[in-house]
Amino acid sequence: MTTPSAPTDHASTVSEEIKLSVRHLNFYYGDKQVLFDNTLDIAKNKVTAFIGPSGCGKSTHIRTYNRMFELYKGHRAEGEILMDDMNILDPKQIPALELRHRIGMIFQKPTPFPMSIFDNIAYGLKLHTRLGKREIEERVEQALRGAALWDEVKDKLHQPGTALSGGQQQRLCIARALANEPEVMLMDEPCSALDPIATAKIEELIDELKQRLTIVIVTHNMQQAARVSDYTAYFYLGKLIEFGDTKTIFTAPKKKETEDYITGRFG
Amino acid sequence: MKQNMSTGGKKAWGDTLFRSLTLAFALGILVLFAGILVALWHESLPAIEKFGFSFLTSAAWNPVKDEFGAIIPVVGTLVSTLLAMLIAVPLSIGVALFLAELAPSWMRAPFGTAIELLAAIPSIVYGMWGLFVLAPIMADHVQPWLQTYLGFIPLFSGAPMGIGMLTAGLVLALMILPFIASVTRDVFLMVPKNLKEAAYGMGATTWEVVRDVMIPYGKKGIVGAVFLGMGRALGETMAVTFVIGNAYHLSWSLFAPGNSIASTLANEFTEADSDVYLASLIELGLVLFLMTFIVLGAAQIWLRRSVAGGGK
Repeated sequence: MTTPSAPTDHASTVSEEIKLSVRHLNFYYGDKQVLFDNTLDIAKNKVTAFIGPSGCGKSTHIRTYNRMFELYKGHRAEGEILMDDMNILDPKQIPALELRHRIGMIFQKPTPFPMSIFDNIAYGLKLHTRLGKREIEERVEQALRGAALWDEVKDKLHQPGTALSGGQQQRLCIARALANEPEVMLMDEPCSALDPIATAKIEELIDELKQRLTIVIVTHNMQQAARVSDYTAYFYLGKLIEFGDTKTIFTAPKKKETEDYITGRFG
Repeated sequence: MKQNMSTGGKKAWGDTLFRSLTLAFALGILVLFAGILVALWHESLPAIEKFGFSFLTSAAWNPVKDEFGAIIPVVGTLVSTLLAMLIAVPLSIGVALFLAELAPSWMRAPFGTAIELLAAIPSIVYGMWGLFVLAPIMADHVQPWLQTYLGFIPLFSGAPMGIGMLTAGLVLALMILPFIASVTRDVFLMVPKNLKEAAYGMGATTWEVVRDVMIPYGKKGIVGAVFLGMGRALGETMAVTFVIGNAYHLSWSLFAPGNSIASTLANEFTEADSDVYLASLIELGLVLFLMTFIVLGAAQIWLRRSVAGGGK
């Protein structure tokens, strides 16, 4: 499956510093193969968007980056994903717990834990560090500021996280992931459950966050991909159809399938 | 409701009838509840008049002299229930977690059904099993072992007879385990997949996900399940009567035989030959009724407060 093939005709590499390098990624749900030989690079401190119709494998693809699929029986990935010369698909090279500490994830629906706002943010710190109370407080504030939520919640840090609005909950989840100081943040349709104003805030935030970390975002919303991303990958039926810088993909796609999808003739 | 009223005579009339009917059923429960309370009170009047408040504090139980006090059966009920909860709650949560989260999928259905079937075994069968199987094992192996290693604690002193508080608590624990475990399992299964993935996504281990996310998320349901089991343990009669020992004395030792309210009633109703004797037994029933009521009421209040103050 992973025999080195000649470079595919779509430019799957980027000219900048590379954070993640995906090589010949295949993915299986039991016997059913759902990703086929995906090869691309994720540029450091950039936003890479995955687009494509439902069921095209973009979510499956992103969930290999933190090995979330390991939770489910029969889910299996083949190929390589290199981060700092380490194949992160290989449990021997990096345990899942450490990988997920370094690669955070935001989900479609906000997922505040059943605890206070403060404890939500401090959660990762308590799992992975032995910081004192004062330091934890500082890091919580930093994370909340980083997610542009501090001013809205600073007076109610001890209220349950579930009491916030949907958009605030999503930023809470972003802050919670930020507190771990991840190198990469995966976002699986982070705005699809939010209203336009909350969406705008998250997009603004994505723009700020890429100063500090690398972002991979799955989105159904092509305008969103065009607005927030530097690179775009178009998936169809588990195959990476086209990959390139966002401007090119949206203005001068090389493949007809990409053009059809982007112009709304399909999908 | 108002909308339906305005849509026309027939429909509105049907709604009114239906509403009155369901209201009547609901009120019926309250009437029944009040009726039981009044009947118990009325029937226990001779004892209440004779002993007054001291019924609750006296350890006397002397049918010959017509002297009765509730403290021994009350303590027995509380101790056996507490023991049962101490054993059953952690065990049930463990079983529920295993079935909901850790067991391989082929195991889940048969094991889940097996646990639920435990709840279908009649309590008298538990009692007989407790007396003929568990009690000898307790007497020959468990209690001597406890005595050897923990005998310096008064709780584990005294003659290892097999029957007594400890055995009663153990049998009760087994009886309420299926209730607590199966409800708790359902609660765990309701935790959204997203939420669990989010916790795993933070780099949490399975145990950390369970402790920090699944149990707090399902707290309300789990506490509900625990009190369901507790309500059953408080009033359980047959199984306890078989193994508790039916002796009227207070002891620190968990090996010593004792008595619970329900076992006292089951044993002595047919023998109650004086009015005061019978009234005292009924008053015991009233006490059990109120105890259960208070425990469940306190649970409700605690739940409401803890849910308002955080958690889910």
